[in-house]
Amino acid sequence: MTDTTQTPKKGQDFESALDKSDKNVAAFERKSKGMVDGLQHLLHLNPTLVPVMVLVASVLIFSLPMVTDGKFMTMFNLSLVMQQVSIIGILAAAQSLIILTAGIDLSVGALMIFSAVVMGLLGVNLGVPTFISLIAGFVVAIGGGLMNGLFVTRVKLPPFIVTLGTWYIFLSILRLLTGSQSIRSQDIDAEAAALKIFGSYISIGSARITFGVILMIVVFAVLWYFLNKTAWGRHVYAIGDDKEAAELAGIKTDRTLLTVYMAAGAVVGVAAWASIGRVGSISPNAFAEANLQSITAVVIGGISLFGGRGSILGPLFGALIVGIFESGLRLAGLDVQWQVFAIGWLIILAVAIDQWIRKVSA
Amino acid sequence: MTQPIIKARGLVKRYGRVTALNQADFDLMPGEILAVIGDNGAGKSSLIKAISGAVQIDEGSIELDGKPINFRTPLDARNAGIETVYQTLALSPALSIVDNMFVGREIRKQGIMGKYFKMLDNKEMARIAREKLNDLGLMTIQNINQAVETLSGGQRQGISVARAAAFGSKVIILDEPTAALGVKESRKVLELIQEVRSRGIPIVLISHNMPHVFEVADRIHVHRLGSRLCVIDPKDHSMSDAVAYMTGAKVPDQVEMA
Repeated sequence: MTDTTQTPKKGQDFESALDKSDKNVAAFERKSKGMVDGLQHLLHLNPTLVPVMVLVASVLIFSLPMVTDGKFMTMFNLSLVMQQVSIIGILAAAQSLIILTAGIDLSVGALMIFSAVVMGLLGVNLGVPTFISLIAGFVVAIGGGLMNGLFVTRVKLPPFIVTLGTWYIFLSILRLLTGSQSIRSQDIDAEAAALKIFGSYISIGSARITFGVILMIVVFAVLWYFLNKTAWGRHVYAIGDDKEAAELAGIKTDRTLLTVYMAAGAVVGVAAWASIGRVGSISPNAFAEANLQSITAVVIGGISLFGGRGSILGPLFGALIVGIFESGLRLAGLDVQWQVFAIGWLIILAVAIDQWIRKVSA
Repeated sequence: MTQPIIKARGLVKRYGRVTALNQADFDLMPGEILAVIGDNGAGKSSLIKAISGAVQIDEGSIELDGKPINFRTPLDARNAGIETVYQTLALSPALSIVDNMFVGREIRKQGIMGKYFKMLDNKEMARIAREKLNDLGLMTIQNINQAVETLSGGQRQGISVARAAAFGSKVIILDEPTAALGVKESRKVLELIQEVRSRGIPIVLISHNMPHVFEVADRIHVHRLGSRLCVIDPKDHSMSDAVAYMTGAKVPDQVEMA
């Protein structure tokens, strides 16, 4: 809107001076804006560049012979890292959906165990057909998401509080159901082997690609499609960006939010099934830190905790960064606590960068 | 006599013990620019929100094209052809210009990809967005895929007006469109308003800026204490008359009522 081409006869008197006015828009000297500014703009357009750069850098450093003695950069080790991050990766995908809407889900880990326990109790202990027990597990996961979503949209409670509450609720129910007893691996094999299908693998050279790893990639690909290529995805971003504006612009925000929570629940169900294959048994006490780890992967992956920004692929890289640090530092002979130390700094750095790139404008 | 496009009678809206609308009437004629003025707290916003579906009235009736309407959400009003440009603009800053223009009414691809995989037709949306912005002379905005947060205040206002003009088939409501803008940008928006009116779409303009109101409005609806005080013709009244009516310093002649 820079050119002002009105005729003198319309407009206010004082505006007639506009005809002779300087038509340039206020601009600062571009000279002072150097690389830092260019970087800020670049990251504003592609927030996922940060995790990608960290991922590439960490892979390169851990591949150096003097660091890990060549033990890191092997097909076997890299495929092992993929296996290790697969469950947290899938959970992080679910978490991303919630965080993109400017929410947070503290209950994903507990809901995953809850769903896995239901699959196991029905399929193994009660001898229900595996197919039915899987459906029941998914009903629990989607129902849990729906419950969170209803409290957020209908009762208008903050997602943090809702999911803190349901985290306790899901944990207590699953412990009551199992009596805190694990379901043993050999029992699963005997009664419902299909529950462990995602632990199976195909070997390519020394690499072991489990079905769980493939599943994780499929989950991210599907979510990427929905978030980037459909109207639903646009609405998810718009709601996270500014819910009130989205509502006024004609999005049914509460209905969309409800579908987001249910979709996250469905992804949690996928994670539950995959976790049985990954661990082998079903333990009510497994994945105690999964909630926080999923949030960690999302934040390191460059999705803004304030919603509306970031790519769904970021958390995949975020989860991989965590796995690579763990593997690399262990192979380098360092205490694993250094990995925890490094992840702590990465989280702070990631949020600091998010704040910084938000300030870019014009 | 031509029938009003929007005809509201006896609107009442209470918030607790506060009465925002007290038996308010409202008429919008085809093809006109109707300015709504009133002091702070007079109930302008509530009146406009009632028409645009953002609030539900407690009593009264609203007719659109002679048919009674009862909007429960802004989306209902939008589907009926009433577009509102809110003072806050209702744009998503991180989304692009095109995404913002089509938010809530995205176009899907033809065929299987659109029907079963719900894939968006970004090319078509970009084409229409470019066309609409061009129509309104807003194509100084170079890249329609840039994020709205990188635009200036006037440009954002332009996007919001263009969005309303592109889809508002019956009525466009503008809430304080020039309040946050500088002299040049205000001029551009006023031109935009006249451009939209020249296509025959009636406009409701809420504004505190008397020079702007008197320049573009065909009729001025003066709102006071929750109801319509009078409707005046800007050619027959001065700005100080209008200010006097809306603040209660002067009472309009009975003849001009309704």
